[in-house]
Amino acid sequence: MTAHKESPSQTAGPYVHIGCTPSVAGLSGMYGGKDPGRTMVHPSLAASKIALTFRVYDGDGEPLKDAMLEIWQAGPDGSFNQTDGFENWGRGATDAETGLATFETVKPGGLPDAAPHVLVWIVARGINLGLTTRVYFADEAEQNAKDPIYRLAKDRATTLLARPVEAGYHHDIYLQGELETVFFDV
Amino acid sequence: MTDQRIAPRDLDWHPPALTPRYRSSILRSPKHKPLSYAPTATELSGPTFGHDSIGPLDDDLIQNYARSGGLAIGPRIIVHGKLMDENGRGLPGKLIEVWQANAGGRYRHKKDGYLAPLDENFGGCGRCISGEDGSYSFRTIQPGPYPWPNGGNDWRPAHIHFSVFGDGFAQRLITQMYFEGDPHIALCPIVQTIPSKAAINTLVARLDMDATIPMDIRAYRFDIVLRGSSATVFENQMEGR
Ligand SMILES: [Fe+2]
Repeated sequence: MTAHKESPSQTAGPYVHIGCTPSVAGLSGMYGGKDPGRTMVHPSLAASKIALTFRVYDGDGEPLKDAMLEIWQAGPDGSFNQTDGFENWGRGATDAETGLATFETVKPGGLPDAAPHVLVWIVARGINLGLTTRVYFADEAEQNAKDPIYRLAKDRATTLLARPVEAGYHHDIYLQGELETVFFDV
Repeated sequence: MTDQRIAPRDLDWHPPALTPRYRSSILRSPKHKPLSYAPTATELSGPTFGHDSIGPLDDDLIQNYARSGGLAIGPRIIVHGKLMDENGRGLPGKLIEVWQANAGGRYRHKKDGYLAPLDENFGGCGRCISGEDGSYSFRTIQPGPYPWPNGGNDWRPAHIHFSVFGDGFAQRLITQMYFEGDPHIALCPIVQTIPSKAAINTLVARLDMDATIPMDIRAYRFDIVLRGSSATVFENQMEGR
């Protein structure tokens, strides 16, 4: 029994960047010019840095150019304990021209019961309740096959896979269509 | 308490993904039902934000973008309330972010081309960290209603966007706050994506004369509820995992 109901969600709308990534919205001096969640890897960990990039496609196959993404992930050791030089949380906007969202992060480690993964949260105009998904890594097939949540997605699990690219990994998220990404209610 | 789990989200209380009267949802709504699983360490943990991570004027939208000595134009208001879990327990030390249009209904954003002018002293963005009992407070100006392209004669009620963090990332929420008595609430396709009047009602801030400062600024009260239980439960879950 709970005394209160969760506040109902409302869309983040087209101007989410004003509040969440003010410099992207053009409010350059706000918060000392530092958008929250922009920096995940500090210089001491620079050698481990990778780029994790996303595009989010709508039902017409057009990339969203007004979305805000957040990621939450373990450090290189697979845990959420403090890792020197690393912030587990990141926030970014999809680029207004290209739709690309870029996170400079490290690859998370795996645990015996969990393959390396990144939690992703997507909000935008037209999305009434933030969408939660997970990114797994295409080059970790062995660990992925043992991960209970990856397995939960069954024949759609490949929609969770980021593919290796030169700078790190890239992941395409499809909101609708044949390739619709698996989203989670968790 | 180690066996206690975060309550599943009541998806019938939230707007469904596809709400055709809100046109933007048509191409941005997944068709598959989201898959459910019990939260793991990933969803039960989340970022933390210290009081020292924000600046002294971050919670004052009347001044935080104003030129020195300037003030934003519009009805001066305090927006305050309590951030709590579903058991009513306050959530301390949580980041709350807000953004809004100015008093004329215009956003400081490249893509907003509404006729109403920008206010050079108003940015429209602010943040604070909830106090020990979950209380929070902003100073701002009351935003104006504005028209938006949705295929008809649609106007947003005056509103403030809220982004809220809990203990675990599973509690992450973005919503909007409305103002008591606004006739646009009943007409707005975005508000009406929420299935029940009872749920909509929880997003309507009430005029709070007790917190209103005479001859200075009116207050509106808006409580925010995140799913699940208190921080101790989350910590115990982490240890017991
Ligand atoms: Fe808005």
